[in-house]
Amino acid sequence: MNIVEARNVTKSFMGVRVLDDVTLDIALGERVAMMGPNGAGKTTLVRAVLGFYHLDGGTIRVEGCDPVKERVKVLENIGFIPQMPPPVKLSLSELLTFVHRSTGAEKERIIEQSEAMELDLKGHMEKPFFKLSGGMKQKLLIAIALAKRSRLLVFDEPTANLDPKARERFYRLLDSLDYEHSSIFITHRLEEVEGLVNRKIYMDLGKVVEDEKI
Amino acid sequence: MKNLALVAYLDIKESLRARWFYVYAFVFGGLMGLFFISGITDSVVMGFTGLSRLLLVFIQVTIIILPIFILITTVKSISSDRESNVLEYMLSFPLSLKEYYWGKFLGRFATVFFPVIVALFVGVAWGVFKGGDLPWAMITLYSALIFSICSVFLGIAFLISTMVKSHDVALGLSFTVWILLLAFIDIALIGLMMQNRVSDELILTIAMLNPLEAFRIGAIALFDPELTVIGPVAYYLLDSLGHTFLMLYAVLYPIFLGALFALFGYTIFKKRDIL
Repeated sequence: MNIVEARNVTKSFMGVRVLDDVTLDIALGERVAMMGPNGAGKTTLVRAVLGFYHLDGGTIRVEGCDPVKERVKVLENIGFIPQMPPPVKLSLSELLTFVHRSTGAEKERIIEQSEAMELDLKGHMEKPFFKLSGGMKQKLLIAIALAKRSRLLVFDEPTANLDPKARERFYRLLDSLDYEHSSIFITHRLEEVEGLVNRKIYMDLGKVVEDEKI
Repeated sequence: MKNLALVAYLDIKESLRARWFYVYAFVFGGLMGLFFISGITDSVVMGFTGLSRLLLVFIQVTIIILPIFILITTVKSISSDRESNVLEYMLSFPLSLKEYYWGKFLGRFATVFFPVIVALFVGVAWGVFKGGDLPWAMITLYSALIFSICSVFLGIAFLISTMVKSHDVALGLSFTVWILLLAFIDIALIGLMMQNRVSDELILTIAMLNPLEAFRIGAIALFDPELTVIGPVAYYLLDSLGHTFLMLYAVLYPIFLGALFALFGYTIFKKRDIL
């Protein structure tokens, strides 16, 4: 069963073709490393999967649903970690309320996942998210994404702000996920996620130039 | 729509911690304090005294300050969220765009409306304490006018936020809209009037299409039903529209316009790329 189906996807920004006729399937259980130089179209493709862009051509389906027209249904099953933790002004307690109410993920589970990443949330619940250190923010975003138990996990350079120990813990957590899911790792360094992925896709100039099972 | 209230609630909580909110609340609260200290309630100017005098001055200040505060803080908040990728993260959760947009609108409405209303009621309480009568009709209508002016400028701000993706352009556009509605439209119309290029009726129609002008006329009509303050134009307005219609127009037209702008903004938000 394919969790993502992209067919002839084309997207341009200000006359520049960022995605050029991309066709790609990701099956349930596949863990994909998406690589390529800056401007290759990796983040744009992921954002299109999340329903942020109206395509110029082609279609994307996530579990059979259109990410733009059926965004709620699609996003119920996606856990996303952005490249840089955004400066969200909500306090941690408000952010957890938002996550719980919008996705159903239990706050206790987020706290548990944070503890597994060696992040103690209890002393910081009233602190605004943006005032946490870069590493703490990234750990919390990881904890939130994992607590959602989504069938598709999308990580855009998830370990950029983590020290080597925290990276190890993150990989161990991913390894220990006990339900069937797919994941997409956008990364510049395959060696960082090598043990976690079973497929690598290389993009350049908006095209998939290499797609290989590992 | 289960997340509408959640988005609104979180926007209010976030605004209550923001610096702009403290400045905003301080400006309106401080103004009231300044009015008390300067003894405006005890002065008599053009026949206005006591509470009426205080509310009249408050209106004059509101016309200038409220629109620019609403425009700048609102467009800043949304366009900054887009530029700093907060929007990307928050909208990666299963919220419909309708819930997010209208939730933000409601939350922002509450944060811009309540400080002004609270300042108004504090002023009224002070006036009553000083021995004035409680002008209920005037307070109700003035609250309605503040509601309508908040609606229109919030609608414009949301429209700008969805049309323009850059934070700086959004701020520049807000400032242009404010200055255009506040001053240039009057100056341009006076210029046209002096040159006798277009009919007086057309000039008055253009002026009354300006929501700030509608608010100003409505607010003056509360204290001065004959509109003597605005001069001979008053005869034309009252003869052609009547006092009741003028008041209804001053309250309902900006609300209608604000809803229209906000709806247009929502359509753009839905139809265009989010990021």
